[in-house]
Amino acid sequence: MGNLLEHMGIEKDRVHFSWISSAEATKFVDVVREISEKVKALGPNTKFVKDYN
Amino acid sequence: MDTCIEKIRAIARDLLEKGTVEKVLGFADGTIPMATSPIAITSKEDVDKLTFTSTCGLNLANYASKEKGKIAVIAKGCDSRNLVTHIVENQVQRDNLYIIGVPCTGMVDKVKVASAIEGEISGFEEDGDTLKVTSSLQTLTVDKNDVLKDNCRYCTHRNPVLYDELASDLVEEQELDNPFPDVDAIEALDPEAKWQHFQDLTQNCIRCYACRNACPLCYCPTCFVDESGPQWVGKGQNKTDVDTFHFLRAFHCAGRCTDCGACVEACPMGINVRDFTRKLNKDALDMFGWEAGLDITKRPPLDAYSPEDPNDFIK
Repeated sequence: MGNLLEHMGIEKDRVHFSWISSAEATKFVDVVREISEKVKALGPNTKFVKDYN
Repeated sequence: MDTCIEKIRAIARDLLEKGTVEKVLGFADGTIPMATSPIAITSKEDVDKLTFTSTCGLNLANYASKEKGKIAVIAKGCDSRNLVTHIVENQVQRDNLYIIGVPCTGMVDKVKVASAIEGEISGFEEDGDTLKVTSSLQTLTVDKNDVLKDNCRYCTHRNPVLYDELASDLVEEQELDNPFPDVDAIEALDPEAKWQHFQDLTQNCIRCYACRNACPLCYCPTCFVDESGPQWVGKGQNKTDVDTFHFLRAFHCAGRCTDCGACVEACPMGINVRDFTRKLNKDALDMFGWEAGLDITKRPPLDAYSPEDPNDFIK
């Protein structure tokens, strides 16, 4: 699914997949930190966004 | 392919006469040239209505799953792969199918033919690889291989993979160095250009869902686009909804699509919706070594777990 999104032009770092157990607090923090850094670097998403105005 | 129609009719007549099957699914001439349409024959008197030409680009497996009782289906290579998929997914029982296999040398892209000739097409004849197309303004002779549908051009399974009887001799399969040059071309683009490619591709989509209806893989009782509670995707012409529809429709075909091209054949706006599914077919081959519908004993890759499944995408 990630591959098809990337194929359609969604940036590689925009969508992330992970599996984290509820007992893995440190992994959760690490993953979220990494994701937010990568997504911030890309800037706001403009694709697949619905304009309601 | 003209020669095999007599054989198809003879097989169909025999099956109906003996009562082996209740119905034969095949193609019949449409109201205008090149517009062959699916037909279900129940009596041997109607067998002469059956036809088979290079314009039979739709996929009859689509209709096989909706039938009760034993039926015969005329199946090209891709159709037979979709019948295999139907059997694997329990949409039809193997015992209820009599597959009349038709080795195929490719179907004609009607848009390509129509744009090659001036005026409205009033006649279409074929003799081997030579097609004679007539309009009120001119008569055109074209080589079938120049106007093949794109999916037929990259087809490596022209012969039916599963059949009870063949209507003609098996044909030579194509050997391709790269079966996915179209996907590679899109992959080489940067994200913005990819996005633009798909924006341009679907800009004329009218949300008629002909691609979904023509597809043998789409048999859900209620499609996600028709559902209203919850409503998964907006029903109008909003571009984001159009994109979402195409993205999800394609993804539902992951690891199941045989690239039969019925979706493109059915599209009234000439959108090459295969651009979405082709990527998934390439991934299925690269990641799982999988081509859909080749073996009735194997589960599709997204339907089965294996410790060897690629999992690079997950952190």
